[in-house]
Amino acid sequence: MDKKNVRGFLEFVYDFYKSMKAHEITLVYEGEITHQITKAFTSLTESNMAKEEESNTVQKKVFHVMVECLQNISKHADSFGSDDFLFAGRGIFMVSKGDVEYHVTTGNVIENAKIEELSRILDHINVLDKEGLKQLYKTQMREGRLSEKGGAGLGFIDIARKTGRRLDYHFLSIDEETSFFILTSTISRTE
Amino acid sequence: MNTIKIMGTDDTPTVILDSENEIFEISGRSLPEDVTAFYEPIIRWLEEYSSSPNAKTIFTFKLVYFNTASSKLLLDILMKLEQMHEDGKDMLIRWYYPEDDEDMQEAGEEYADIVDVPFEQVSYTLN
Repeated sequence: MDKKNVRGFLEFVYDFYKSMKAHEITLVYEGEITHQITKAFTSLTESNMAKEEESNTVQKKVFHVMVECLQNISKHADSFGSDDFLFAGRGIFMVSKGDVEYHVTTGNVIENAKIEELSRILDHINVLDKEGLKQLYKTQMREGRLSEKGGAGLGFIDIARKTGRRLDYHFLSIDEETSFFILTSTISRTE
Repeated sequence: MNTIKIMGTDDTPTVILDSENEIFEISGRSLPEDVTAFYEPIIRWLEEYSSSPNAKTIFTFKLVYFNTASSKLLLDILMKLEQMHEDGKDMLIRWYYPEDDEDMQEAGEEYADIVDVPFEQVSYTLN
């Protein structure tokens, strides 16, 4: 790198650092989500929470939500026909910790053709209350089939139940074929 | 019949299926990389066991965590036990949960609602 490039890179690193600080991000990752990654991130977050004497209930909720979010990416991030496509099973994964809550955010590329179905599933979950979610979970467990990749269609319902909040999701259009799907789950530190 | 003994890890549960010594237990954490592959031998073992089960079967679940994919397979196991119960066999499920873990307690209640088999909830203290 010449001098100008070095300076640009250093500024990028420092800006990135500041940006993480500003958003209280404790963990960020971009890449393929494997089982090993899932284990590493959950155990890292677990030991951090234990060190900070987070309550057992909060620790368990964060653990549950992290596992389901990571598995969503590994099972659903799109591959567009070609198996070695850049985005298959990949995405961004972030955990942030504020004074009152944790946020677990995932982002991954999906085909536009799948947006309608995904929105329908998420919106359906979002109108249900505690009892409704419980019934839906039971029905899905009984009647749902495990997909080839081991998805049971239960992850989103579980996240809604564990957090007690609506699933906060957005689609950011990339091009005619694809969009970026972002889901943020919030776990209160005080409940 | 043969015995299944799987030592638990940080992502797979301990599984003991030993008809001779009357131990039937799944305990620990369950988030295997491939849930179907992990639980398949267990389901197969239960299918074989159901052809000539013991006079009484007490099946213990003592899990501290399981992911949603595992929850589906746990139901498959419970449904095998339900089938034996329907065939007139003496079955009992003991669902252990840490005393401060409402979610694990509720998970037990939900399974008890779904399957028709004698179901006991037991709380215990984690040390």
